[in-house]
Amino acid sequence: MNLHKKISLLLMAALPHLLFAQTEQVAMADRMRSNGKIYIVVAVCLTILAGLFLYVYRLDKKINRLEKTAGDK
Amino acid sequence: MLPFTLPLRHSKKPSVVKKSWWKITSFILLLYTIAGGFLMDVPRLFILNETIRNLYFHVAMWFGMMILFTVSFIYSIRYLRSSNYRYDIFAKQYAGMGAWFGILGYATGVIWVSVTWLTDQQQSIGSVLKEPKLLGAAIALLIYGAYFVLRGSFTDMDKRARVSAVYNIFAFVMLFPSIWIIPRLVGSLHPGAPGSDSGNPALNFKDIDSRLRMVFYPAVIGWTLLGVWITTLQIRVQLLKDKSLLNEPA
Repeated sequence: MNLHKKISLLLMAALPHLLFAQTEQVAMADRMRSNGKIYIVVAVCLTILAGLFLYVYRLDKKINRLEKTAGDK
Repeated sequence: MLPFTLPLRHSKKPSVVKKSWWKITSFILLLYTIAGGFLMDVPRLFILNETIRNLYFHVAMWFGMMILFTVSFIYSIRYLRSSNYRYDIFAKQYAGMGAWFGILGYATGVIWVSVTWLTDQQQSIGSVLKEPKLLGAAIALLIYGAYFVLRGSFTDMDKRARVSAVYNIFAFVMLFPSIWIIPRLVGSLHPGAPGSDSGNPALNFKDIDSRLRMVFYPAVIGWTLLGVWITTLQIRVQLLKDKSLLNEPA
């Protein structure tokens, strides 16, 4: 199995859980979810996570460039 | 002559997915951790309430720490076997990231404790300060703190690498009594102690709810991979630094 297949398999395994989470009424903090506002918190956290990953990704690229120039010397 | 070489760059460029699939995996797993961790169903438990969701964040930090410290330990052994200076850098950076995860685990634990133990369980601050799990974790982290102090106190590169590799093995071995064994022998408020259910509550299949496991294991893998990614960046910077240092005209 090549890597593309492995990753898509992983994605497919995670997908039903995500969809499940959106339709299922979570019983605990009912009022918070009936307003749907917990999704805002989730969106905020996901944005922060995406931002952090973007930062690390850019740092990775930068170090890549540095390594190339250091290798040229 | 350089005692190490930079990672080899393949002349043929491997595809981005092939080269960095684990970074992508980390991102996807953490997206799932936050979305699933906040929204999916969790068991209703007294005192814990919704804070059981901290399992995906607080406990995952400690698991990530253990994995990163294990990697550091392996590189220290590899250094002692080969005297390859690269392994010393690897061991140091993995230990640094592991300690960072440990500090985050401790900080998140403090927030959790302040609500569930102090407020809701009416524990006195004295009994929380005597808590063996917290003391053990503090001791373990301080032992790792001494590892960095020890490293900083050497001017000789080879001596530093050798002595700190030996010390790192000691530090890793000390993790087990201080955070895994002693808190389980004596009474503790923390899950996993006698009085609560024994064993590791996050690993025990009878203890941890299957709904929690569905998010917890991906969370551990995701956080750990993120830690590994940041560590590889640290390692690469360190290698670059050492390389330019050695290339400086005398």
